[in-house]
Amino acid sequence: MRLKCPLCGDRDRREFYYYGAEDFLNRPEAADPGSAWDDYLHNRDNPAGVTKDLWYHEAGCSQWLLVARNTVTHEISAVELVAERTA
Amino acid sequence: MIVRTRPADCHTNLFMSGARGFGGRGNSMRYSGLRVITEGLFGNKGWTPAWRDPAPKAEYDVVIIGGGGHGLSTAYYLARNHGITNVAVLEKGHLGSGNIGRNTTIVRANYFLPGNSEFYSHSLKLWEGLEAELNYNVMHSQRGLINLFHSDGQRDAFVRRGNAMINQGDDAVLLDQEGVREHLPYLDFEQTRFPIYGGLLHPRGGTARHDAVAWGYARGADRRGVDLIQNCEVTGIDIQGGVVRGVQTTRGAIRAKKVGIIVAGRSSQVAAMAGMRLPVESHVLQAFVTEGLKPVIDHVISFGMGHFYISQSDKGGLVFGGDLDFYASYAARGNLPMVEHVMEAGMTLMPMIGRAKVLRSWGGIMDMTPDGSPVIDKTHVEGLFIDCGWNYGGFKAVPASGWSMAHLMATGESHEVARKFRLERFATGHLLDEEGTGSQHNLH
Repeated sequence: MRLKCPLCGDRDRREFYYYGAEDFLNRPEAADPGSAWDDYLHNRDNPAGVTKDLWYHEAGCSQWLLVARNTVTHEISAVELVAERTA
Repeated sequence: MIVRTRPADCHTNLFMSGARGFGGRGNSMRYSGLRVITEGLFGNKGWTPAWRDPAPKAEYDVVIIGGGGHGLSTAYYLARNHGITNVAVLEKGHLGSGNIGRNTTIVRANYFLPGNSEFYSHSLKLWEGLEAELNYNVMHSQRGLINLFHSDGQRDAFVRRGNAMINQGDDAVLLDQEGVREHLPYLDFEQTRFPIYGGLLHPRGGTARHDAVAWGYARGADRRGVDLIQNCEVTGIDIQGGVVRGVQTTRGAIRAKKVGIIVAGRSSQVAAMAGMRLPVESHVLQAFVTEGLKPVIDHVISFGMGHFYISQSDKGGLVFGGDLDFYASYAARGNLPMVEHVMEAGMTLMPMIGRAKVLRSWGGIMDMTPDGSPVIDKTHVEGLFIDCGWNYGGFKAVPASGWSMAHLMATGESHEVARKFRLERFATGHLLDEEGTGSQHNLH
């Protein structure tokens, strides 16, 4: 598998650290109910198909990437910088 | 705890069960060595199918979704322990075509945390009587499992684990380097990068024939009246007023008073049919088999540095694997970096296997939970139950999982060895994090 980093270009999977689903971007507020934290930490859509997940370009530009990826075919359809997305 | 050494001869019951269990069913005819010989003398014409191939009925007391190891054992114990025989197991493909048919076959009870410890202890006890129970040769071989350690800190951790195992009533023997050498003289003890300090020997650990376990439970369930319905994919779960009423399938609607979801890597999809969002992420785990070799590895061995574990099948192939690929996947195939990592770890630990040719590899879909422990529980829908989240440790759990799930579905109460496998533990923070790696699905 190769990921196309928006800053570094097409790179080997070994350069990246996988963190988990996009849900980790939606951090609840401290006062939010426990169910919100449960969803944030634990519960997942876990689709057999296109998903969005977080990858860290550890051996590259140190950017967090949001990758649209098909979990059945491993096809990667889009990669965006988390920093730009939340800016 | 006893330090060191135990005779290296751990090949206990490889052949004890003889050749029974190959071939067909007998309504009243038990499998036996005598029958194999008799059939052999008369051209093997007397064998009949090991289970029926019934069409689904309109209604059952219990429908089990998923004809893998856990689903089949649940159906078997519903009939055996609770007298509930109006049961259907619905399988979208053929029986045992998922992870029960492709895994690294390790059976052990070396868990540490209360909650896991008693469950896997119970499971190992069931394994030890399984062949007589099922009248089926599952080739359970208690050849001994050795987890190696490579530092003082790791040794301390294994001492604690070994004491937990002993406290649970299971067996553990701490081996120093010489003790390991007596069992495993072929390891690379001289290396400076990952020196072998010793190992924790679990003499009752071992392996079993993976798909024979599915077939044994299938035959046992069928003989007690359970309908095993293959090529029958569940497409919907019927719920009215918060109560389960049945399922929709590719072979029509089936009404049911109770429904159990036992579908491993596909748990999220099936649970979504009941409006549930599970604490599960499906990951790919690769494993590898070499060409058949003469007996060379007598134990199950795990490397404490870099994840690697290996055993030798009775057919002679070296069966080994390592970590997940670490990203969510349903592809049933992995990527090269983990292949490379596993091969490197194997070569580091036991260079002697370097000339063996790898025949095949595969990737299984693992239902990973955030704490690495499973779920056997009710759901928010009355009559709907779920057994999932086995991560990459489901094979050894097959007997106790079925036992506990059947108990839950029959009585409405968690079995005492599965009391901590609750779905709500994530929301309440009562995680069962055996490896202490934190709340991230791929780190267990």
